Amino acid sequence: MAKRIEAVNVSAYYGSFRAIDNITMTIEPKSVTALIGPSGCGKSTFLRSINRMHEVLPGAKVDGQLMIDGQNIYDRDIDVTAVRRTIGMVFQRPNPFPTMSIYDNVVAGLKLNGVRRKAALDDACEKALRGANLWNEVKDRLNRPGAGLSGGQQQRLCIARAIAVEPQVVLMDEPCSALDPISTLAIEDLIAELKNQYTIVIVTHNMQQAARVSDRTGFFSIDSTGEPGRLIEYDDTAKIFTNPSVKRTEDYITGRFG
Amino acid sequence: MSQQSLTTTPAGAQGAGGGGALPRGSRLGAEKLFRGLATAAGSTVLVIIVAIAAFLIVQAVPALRADSENFFTFQSWFANDDPPKFGIAAIAFGTVLTSALALIMAVPVALGIALCLTHYAHRRVASTLGFFIDLLAAVPSVVFGLWGRDYFRGPVGDFSKFLHDHFGWIPLFGGGGPYGNSILLGSIVLAIMVLPIVTSLSREVFAQTPAQNEEAALALGATKWEMIRTAVLPYGKPGIIASVMLGLGRALGETIALALTLGAVYNVSFDLLGTGGNTIAANIALKFAEANPTGRSALIASGLVLFAITLVVNMTARAIVYRRREFVGGAA
Repeated sequence: MAKRIEAVNVSAYYGSFRAIDNITMTIEPKSVTALIGPSGCGKSTFLRSINRMHEVLPGAKVDGQLMIDGQNIYDRDIDVTAVRRTIGMVFQRPNPFPTMSIYDNVVAGLKLNGVRRKAALDDACEKALRGANLWNEVKDRLNRPGAGLSGGQQQRLCIARAIAVEPQVVLMDEPCSALDPISTLAIEDLIAELKNQYTIVIVTHNMQQAARVSDRTGFFSIDSTGEPGRLIEYDDTAKIFTNPSVKRTEDYITGRFG
Repeated sequence: MSQQSLTTTPAGAQGAGGGGALPRGSRLGAEKLFRGLATAAGSTVLVIIVAIAAFLIVQAVPALRADSENFFTFQSWFANDDPPKFGIAAIAFGTVLTSALALIMAVPVALGIALCLTHYAHRRVASTLGFFIDLLAAVPSVVFGLWGRDYFRGPVGDFSKFLHDHFGWIPLFGGGGPYGNSILLGSIVLAIMVLPIVTSLSREVFAQTPAQNEEAALALGATKWEMIRTAVLPYGKPGIIASVMLGLGRALGETIALALTLGAVYNVSFDLLGTGGNTIAANIALKFAEANPTGRSALIASGLVLFAITLVVNMTARAIVYRRREFVGGAA
């Protein structure tokens, strides 16, 4: 239920602008990897290139190889929808489908995969909501609009939606940046549980969060505006936050970033 | 700042934050005035609607009293005769039938064009195509009518013959000609006229789909079409309904193009191909010049019916949109 991700010389572009340059890193299965760094350093772009969501934007493209258990997802004959089913994503702002009920939101991915049997959908819905620690809060109102939940509940609903299709990897793009501290704590607890089953990559602006939830941390940075983002240092989280080997990492995590 | 200036400097002289004493309601006059103006503008709509309804009712009553047939079931229109004989059945039926056919033809195409413009076409192609759609909306309806009657009637006649020869067993296509001005011709022309309205409105609606909802669908492994079905269409549903209703409004009220392309025949018939078809608005246009006072009153009575049909259609659309409101964030 979890796969290894190997990025080899991954560069991503918006039109002619190179947003990230030659990223090479290996992400272990059943672990939480945090990507940190200043705004515009390309960490979200890199995250979105792991499930081929980067290319959704007009003019955006990716160079290099991204191997999921040895298979390059950028090979020409790869089905992009299968890639995204294997590698789920949770976005910065909670984005449940506004026209759908809680139930329909959770099973949306399964329905896209052709699952029609009511019993199967019911089971998957409960399992995903339990997995996202949301079941007890919403089990009595599954047919209510998903958009009627609180921000934190909506984000957990989105996590439930992502894990309902049983992906191998879950990508999270600053999943708590729109949430209050209590909801953030709920999501962080959830991440700790999810890593028993999934490979998790999380982009965060919050260094305490990276230190709390992740096993490995990658620090991205840019030399100056207009330059592409690079992976500066990638190591065990404990080491990055206590004894980083690169001066720029230390400057950033201690707040002396310039 | 001295104590003196606090009490003597007029409000406004110290910056908007106001370091001095609080000013006394000097801006409230403008506020009240504006509120009055806005309320008056809002009420104008109501006044106009009520005035039109009252006019129609008052003018229609004499003819309705004089009518020697049942106004609702009689199919012909001899309002100038003595005693006058006229009924709304045929032309009301024709109005609804041509509009419905026009929408059935126009809406799928319009939604297709709108989706192509917002989600498939290259940006430059989309803006060019959008320009032509808007141009289509700007063509006066009399031009559509003349084009339909003098040019389009031939091809539609041939098509009618084809439909009759191959699908004549379907009652709709049972008419054996001659193929001239027919319900089919009128509703195709009407469909072309409705097309740009539905297209431009639904294009706006589709373009407003939040990118985050589209991305959510794509990230679940949806293809583009599945993404449109999951995120774009449900989100746009109230807007689609509204655009269809506006299109229907145009179709129901369309006058001159249908006066030129329908057969002006007074009967309730589902024969789409043969010479026939008439609508309330077209009938008013064709009969008004030759109408005597009773005839004119009768035509106004038919206008009252059209008014009522439009009202019901709009209220139905509102009800549909309202029923789903909690699922679109209460915005509809």
